[in-house]
Amino acid sequence: MISNSFTPVASLLGGALIGVSAVLLMFLTGRIAGVSGIAARLLPPYEDDAFKGRLAFVAGLIAAPVLVLLASGRLPAQTIAAQPATLVLAGLLVGFGSVWGNGCTSGHGVCGISRLSARALVATATFMATGFATVFLARHWG
Amino acid sequence: MAIFLQFLVGLIFGLGLLLSGMSNPAKVLDFLDLGGIASGGWDPSLAFVMAGAVAVTFAGFRWVLARPRPFFSERFHLPTRRELDLRIVAGPAIFGIGWGLAGFCPGPALTALGFGTSAAFIFVAAMFAGMWLARLLAGLPALSRIATPADPLET
Repeated sequence: MISNSFTPVASLLGGALIGVSAVLLMFLTGRIAGVSGIAARLLPPYEDDAFKGRLAFVAGLIAAPVLVLLASGRLPAQTIAAQPATLVLAGLLVGFGSVWGNGCTSGHGVCGISRLSARALVATATFMATGFATVFLARHWG
Repeated sequence: MAIFLQFLVGLIFGLGLLLSGMSNPAKVLDFLDLGGIASGGWDPSLAFVMAGAVAVTFAGFRWVLARPRPFFSERFHLPTRRELDLRIVAGPAIFGIGWGLAGFCPGPALTALGFGTSAAFIFVAAMFAGMWLARLLAGLPALSRIATPADPLET
């Protein structure tokens, strides 16, 4: 059975916007729109001269909800149920794992899969599997 | 100009995350909750996010990569690694556990900073700490013999 909050059309269109952004970034800079790679390269050591562009991309991400607020008068729905300790642990794991595995949902899950990269397929299947398993344990165990 | 355009590209990405529902951890966790299928709580929306994004990039990358070079760079900076090693499983396995704990992955977490909640700031600070630690470990000689990260961040 499927939840009442299922939003196929908005999610498909939002996904397409993410795709448009990734194609534009490739067109402009020749780089993969992998958010974990972009974010991690904001930390030293710096290996190239693309720091300002990465900072601008991240600023654009942060500006998106502000723009929605200014345009519509309210923020989109967002519920963060995790407690601070869980957020710290989750953040550490997400940051460490995305750098250790060379990518996240955007770099592997979108850009890599559309390039038919075997590495991206393995990575995406793996993080989906552990994501499913983690939520299953958290919600249905015991 | 190049910098401003990259800001706009990030803005489009962020608007896509917001429209799709990917920026809402509760929705992400409802997608990851396959155990909710039985009780009617499963939300398959995020499969549509990936479908929409991959459909556009699959066609769009073909068009862009057929061009001689990107607009603001001398060449395309595409990942070159092909090997399926332990890291391409271990990293995403760790990542997926964190994703399932809080419902945040890096893009939505950074976008969430714009909501101004302390939860987003806590997550993002911890995420950068995790990234820093992984880069530190990836650079250690003993580990790089196993993992040989020519570029530890290459997708």
